Amino acid sequence: MKEQRLVPEPEFESYYGRPILKEPTWKTPDVPLYLFLGGLAGCSAVLAEGAALTDRPDLERVARLAAAGGAAAGTVALIHDLGRPERFLKMLRVFKPTSPLSVGSFILAPFSALSGAAAAAQVTGLLPRLGRVAGSGAALLGPPLATYTAALLANTAVPAWHEAHRELPFVFGGSGAQAAGGLAMLLAPIDQTAPARRMALAGAVVELAAAETILRRHGLVAEPYRTGRPGRLIRLARNCTAVASGITALAGRRSRLLSAVAGATYVAGSLTTRFGIFEAGLASARDPKYTVVPQRERLARQGGGSAKIDG
Amino acid sequence: MGSLWGRLDDVQTDAGYGSPDEHPPRMGFFTDTSVCIGCKACEVACKEWNEVPDDGYLLTGMSYDNTQELGASTWRHVAFVEKPLDVPVEAPPADLGMPSMGPPDPQGAESGGEGGVRWLMSSDVCKHCTHAACLDVCPTGSLFRTEYGTVVVQPDICNGCGYCVPACPYGVIDLREGDGRAFKCTLCYDRLKEGQTPACAQACPTESIQYGELSELRERADRRLTELHDQGVDVARLYGRDPDDGVGGDGAFFLLLDEPEVYGLPPDPIVTTRDLGSLWRHVGAAAATVAGLGVASFASRRLVPRLLGTALGGRR
Repeated sequence: MKEQRLVPEPEFESYYGRPILKEPTWKTPDVPLYLFLGGLAGCSAVLAEGAALTDRPDLERVARLAAAGGAAAGTVALIHDLGRPERFLKMLRVFKPTSPLSVGSFILAPFSALSGAAAAAQVTGLLPRLGRVAGSGAALLGPPLATYTAALLANTAVPAWHEAHRELPFVFGGSGAQAAGGLAMLLAPIDQTAPARRMALAGAVVELAAAETILRRHGLVAEPYRTGRPGRLIRLARNCTAVASGITALAGRRSRLLSAVAGATYVAGSLTTRFGIFEAGLASARDPKYTVVPQRERLARQGGGSAKIDG
Repeated sequence: MGSLWGRLDDVQTDAGYGSPDEHPPRMGFFTDTSVCIGCKACEVACKEWNEVPDDGYLLTGMSYDNTQELGASTWRHVAFVEKPLDVPVEAPPADLGMPSMGPPDPQGAESGGEGGVRWLMSSDVCKHCTHAACLDVCPTGSLFRTEYGTVVVQPDICNGCGYCVPACPYGVIDLREGDGRAFKCTLCYDRLKEGQTPACAQACPTESIQYGELSELRERADRRLTELHDQGVDVARLYGRDPDDGVGGDGAFFLLLDEPEVYGLPPDPIVTTRDLGSLWRHVGAAAATVAGLGVASFASRRLVPRLLGTALGGRR
């Protein structure tokens, strides 16, 4: 698909074309990778608990390891991103509902411990009952873990992220379900992965619908999602998701190979989505157009030169 | 947790400093850019007093502004706008090869200066917002509200997570390279505690930077605006003075002679936490959707489309 500009280039003033906002200092790949891993881990914990309840041991094993591994790797990525990694425990110094990063730390820390314990019990066969209790706890924290990361991005002044704050949680939640289901399709035997296929397919539908809503609803501010490198990443991700969904729906339950291919494509699509959304935010912070023009339009709608309250 | 949005008349009480008579008055800056001469004494005084390291010696080539922007190691930044005039300019006088400076025409836009450009200078600084996004999103509590109503980073707590950086609607705070932590203007918290004037205001030779009680500064700014309008300077306007604006008013506000974006300021900033309630509600709904998908994936094949319909229908 070709890039196209849907709105004429707006005129605006700036200070020598320089950005107004600071570009986020969050590092690539640390933070987009964490967004992906959090979604994968959170939804895998849900999948693991369902597998345990419905007696699907191979699916349970794969999902428990994905939950624990995703959380552990995600934690490492987050700590590595800090300017002062040795001070990571300062994250748990206070609890602030106004800071999604604070809230997220208090989701991620217990989730990592619980999913790790559940995986350890699964692998070693020791303390199975405690492992199940831990797994249930992880499953409860899983959906918040998969979706709070949307608040992390949206609770900023970055136009492409902030304006999409209603849709991003659904993009991330759906993308996480798609990744967890996809990984299980790739690694678990086909006779146990029917729930994983349904989860991936449903997650993909939610993600595609929410992402499409961002593009349709937000006009100029959604432009970074469809242009340049982030636009290419997002189109690639969408194609991955669509192709994987097609294979899953048509042949997911018949062919182990095709199911694995679809699963891997789902995982790739979810990962690419996070990089695309992350980079779209950076692009919208870099260009003063996305800060000035929407604010000017808002002022014009209010019919005055001075800032007035809306919402 | 203090209030997140809207008018707030006592920011210190909101932050837990007790009743209004238990804390000092809110202090701030009024930067009157109509008398700024672009000398950058404020930048130098700030660097010296706060021992802020250098952040590179770059020539931008865009104007006399080589400081470029506020950042972790630039807490005052003198913007230098050199803007072509809209009005057509008559042929320039013959060049005698004499050295000359640009257009020192004070009214610029109205009267067309030599060379057809006008100069605007403005010393930018952290706005010490009433509703400060940097403070609200800081997960460690490193950023805090002082008893003077200002917003300050505690370097012994900051772990360099960087959340404050994209949260600031003005692009003020940043991580310092090589150090990893976030830094910004403290409004000379140490000097305030000794009853002294912040270094930049102390050094300003034209009283463009005025320091004082915010309520008093607002009155002073209103008088100055009236004075300028009476003199026919219709382009003068106050920026960040309105306690009903998107950040609840700035603790450091400005008198500008052009649109804010010409100086690199956002025309109508709104603190991100205004939408925090909506944000968490949507996260909650999305988490419930994910949980529902999980349950439905195991329960029945027909349940999934039904749940999906509810989720998508209820999303708006």
